[in-house]
Amino acid sequence: MQKFYTHISQITGDVIVVEADGVGNTELAEVITRQGTSLAQVIRLDGKKVYLQVFAGSRGISTGDKVRFLGHPMRISTGALLLGRIFNGSGRPLDNGPDLAENLVDIGGPSMNPVKRVIPNRMIRTGIPMIDVFNSLVESQKLPIFSVAGEPYNELLARIAIQVEVDIIILGGMGMKHDDYLLFRDTLEEHSALSRSIVFMHTAADPVVECLLVPDLCLAVAENFALEGKRVLVLLTDMSNFCDALREMAITMQQIPSNRGYPGDLYSQLAARYEKAVDFESAGSITILSVTTMPGDDVTHPIPDNTGYITEGQFYLKNGAIEPFGSLSRLKQQVNGMTRDDHRMIMDRMIQLYADYRETQEKQAMGFQMSAWDVKLLKYGKLFEDKMMSLLVNIPLENALDLGWEILHECFSPEETGIRKSMIEKYWPHMYERKTYAR
Amino acid sequence: MTAPRTGQITKVSGNMVTVRFDSAVMQNEVAYILHEKERLKSEIIRVHGNLAEMQVYETTGGLKIGEAVEFTGELLSAELGPGMLGQIFDGLQNPLPEIAEECGFFLQRGVYKRALSESRTWDFTPLVQPGDRVRAGDKIGYVVENIFRHYCMVPFPLRGNFEVVSVEPAGTFTIREAVARIRDADNRIVPVYLTQNWPVKIPIRAYAEKLKPGEPLVTRMRLIDSLFPVARGGTYCIPGPFGAGKTVLQQLISRHSEVDVVVIAACGERAGEVVETLKTFPAIRDPRTGRPLSDRTVIICNTSSMPVAARESSVYTAVTIAEYYRQQGLHVLLLADSTSRWAQAMREMSGRLEEIPGEEAFPAYLESRIASFYERAGMVRLYDGSTASVTIGGTVSPAGGNFDEPVTQATLKVVGAFHGLSRSLSDARRYPAIDPLISWSKYPSIIPGIQKERGHAILRKGFDVAQMMKVVGEEGTALADYVDYLKAEFFDFVYLQQNAFDPVDEATIKERQIYVFDVIFRILESELPFRDKDAARHGFQQLRQLFKGWNSAPWKSKEFETAENEIRVFLLEQSGTG
Repeated sequence: MQKFYTHISQITGDVIVVEADGVGNTELAEVITRQGTSLAQVIRLDGKKVYLQVFAGSRGISTGDKVRFLGHPMRISTGALLLGRIFNGSGRPLDNGPDLAENLVDIGGPSMNPVKRVIPNRMIRTGIPMIDVFNSLVESQKLPIFSVAGEPYNELLARIAIQVEVDIIILGGMGMKHDDYLLFRDTLEEHSALSRSIVFMHTAADPVVECLLVPDLCLAVAENFALEGKRVLVLLTDMSNFCDALREMAITMQQIPSNRGYPGDLYSQLAARYEKAVDFESAGSITILSVTTMPGDDVTHPIPDNTGYITEGQFYLKNGAIEPFGSLSRLKQQVNGMTRDDHRMIMDRMIQLYADYRETQEKQAMGFQMSAWDVKLLKYGKLFEDKMMSLLVNIPLENALDLGWEILHECFSPEETGIRKSMIEKYWPHMYERKTYAR
Repeated sequence: MTAPRTGQITKVSGNMVTVRFDSAVMQNEVAYILHEKERLKSEIIRVHGNLAEMQVYETTGGLKIGEAVEFTGELLSAELGPGMLGQIFDGLQNPLPEIAEECGFFLQRGVYKRALSESRTWDFTPLVQPGDRVRAGDKIGYVVENIFRHYCMVPFPLRGNFEVVSVEPAGTFTIREAVARIRDADNRIVPVYLTQNWPVKIPIRAYAEKLKPGEPLVTRMRLIDSLFPVARGGTYCIPGPFGAGKTVLQQLISRHSEVDVVVIAACGERAGEVVETLKTFPAIRDPRTGRPLSDRTVIICNTSSMPVAARESSVYTAVTIAEYYRQQGLHVLLLADSTSRWAQAMREMSGRLEEIPGEEAFPAYLESRIASFYERAGMVRLYDGSTASVTIGGTVSPAGGNFDEPVTQATLKVVGAFHGLSRSLSDARRYPAIDPLISWSKYPSIIPGIQKERGHAILRKGFDVAQMMKVVGEEGTALADYVDYLKAEFFDFVYLQQNAFDPVDEATIKERQIYVFDVIFRILESELPFRDKDAARHGFQQLRQLFKGWNSAPWKSKEFETAENEIRVFLLEQSGTG
């Protein structure tokens, strides 16, 4: 049925109202304007009035333009053909490749039945010690990186994308600066990781509505791969832009705002996306790593706050490194007992010593006298920051653990570490053993 | 019967649908939207002229103007009967395992299942005879559900007195077969089944009287039982920012609490957390019964990505099931995690209804809804004289971890105990991260009043000294103050904190709490003559180590006695060194 509707009665923000019959909620439509054709989605029905959210924005839409309803909700092509491709927030190619229409699936599909979930137990190695050793990432985990503007969060995501051990990477960019987009594209290309990646990119210059679709597109494609047995990592940056887009739409639709203008359903909206992270029994998995920039470094801001209640932990990116305090992978206990027997101990001990170092640093700043122990701690803290926390380090977990032992060995005697004797005997760097014990 | 009453959709906005009707409708009546082959459940929440606004318990994608709606004439109800223990329901009481069997990985819109199995058979034993007089809530007979006698009762909605006309002899029945017939004063015959329905938003009141909660509900968490106790039939809340350990705390309470039945309402929280309960409970033995924990647990699970309207009803479904088991004469604990998500669901609907918003856009009726929910807790005397209770514990997830927000404040007004979680405590790896300086309880403790007061006092003193020390440093603190500080730290470390990974220390029975608290009380009271601060710190460090060993020794075991003796010897030595 190719019926055109031409009675556009209202244009507010990116929402237009057209009078039509027999239209389904959330159905897709095409708006044909002088500038071209844009997709639009039904977001409200009121009698004959159909509210449409226009993906390309409402600029230049005339009240006499034509609207055609497509009779189905937003869909995205899935499957291996997408690998290596780059799309925009409407799912149209941004590279010079062809438009795809194979294996279409609806985006924003139904929720997983909780009883079909399994307890996650497979670690994802990233080559970054602050993640692998101290807060291991687990398949099916959803984890945001809390950061402030100016931190190298996109660099971090890009590094994870090229280093991480998964089958497929899906990158969703929301409100991204164009140079950041190029950074991702070039980094993936340079390390020939593009062939296992799919990118959905919404840049800051694109219409706001397309920003809203990015997570759903990424996750619908990811879900399809995961059901086929692939281990998929979805990288979403920056979810704060997604939330701001939600706010913009909600206010356009005259919804009553709750906190700081954000819609009352912000939590449910975020949860609907993050909860797509899943480990399918006898199939693949979806893991979500996202970036949430905290306005004003305020973790109680509605975006990081609602996110924190949904996700399974968080990484804080501060001063160019993943902050050991506050950062938490809630699922790490499921996997870090199965790696190497010193993993948990190195994790606990090094962090405790680093906490002592921070205290010493404070004491030093206040002008207190430094004891011999304090001096050791200061040395340790410096080494820890340079060798472990730096985002430039890319080593496998086992080497990172060895490195941990070396740092401890360089700064302390075995007794001072407070580590169990059996562990010391097994792992304390061997060649110096006698010397240190003899002290 | 007449044809079903119907209406047509005139407006669709998010999960709210407006329907034009021409016959009478009822507030909170359940209706089904007929969309192609699907039937989508919804509930009337506002009526305006000949338009009814309904919240849809599903996503509304594809719905069209003019589609038909069928009204059922019933309020949203729970089906109550044997077979609920061990089951996992969604917020509308659909059994999730059966839905998984039919639909696979994903929840499918419009698929509803009967809450209780129609084919499962139960061995019924009658308790009444024809001619007996009965009323709503009286026991007709029983079947055995796991460890309990599950009584089949005269339906709660019935009013007045009835006479038993007939009752089936002992035998095997399904929930579809009537086990008795009763007759009212007007000679109307009412069949009685093993199950009955009850509208979830109305409290069940088939009891003689509601009593004052006084008897402690032992959770085996020392900090709670000793300092901030919960009473059977009481209410408590656990507010805390994310990452402070609310869910872990609720999980341990659900494992160790000394109650008969635990109803867990996972309301709008992470699915992953429910999965842990789902997968581990069948494998954990309840030490009191020797049966798997899942045998005494009902899980209502409406996680954050499931439809919001069903989240709103999930806490009501949960409390109705809790009340039903209370009617069976059992002590029930309802854990709602998290009531903030439930409040947010109300906020979402209120926003769609374009109601005038209250604080932080929560509806003005937020407080009264929270109050009436917690009021469904209580200790009651049933008609047969036995007492039974529903205790409600709700977590609150305050926005930004700020306890001044409306949901926390509305909750604090109505609960009997407050366990405030603190992120700084949980960051310091203190478990449980309940802040003893802000928490309170109105219920009696298992610990004698004087001892309990001393515990509170030392914590306050310790905090004051610690604050002072931040300014004047350790050197500027008097020895006596410093010892108080160490006592507070010691009390916190060896008694209030528990090691959730130690099989003995993770749960402490009442007798042991009383016994150990007494020992600690004497330490707190004693004047320990330390030479200087170093000696004091060292002394308490040793004492901590000794207590740590004592805490992980099984109650009344050989090790327990040995460890206790070591402590006594150590204390004697200490008081002698002055």
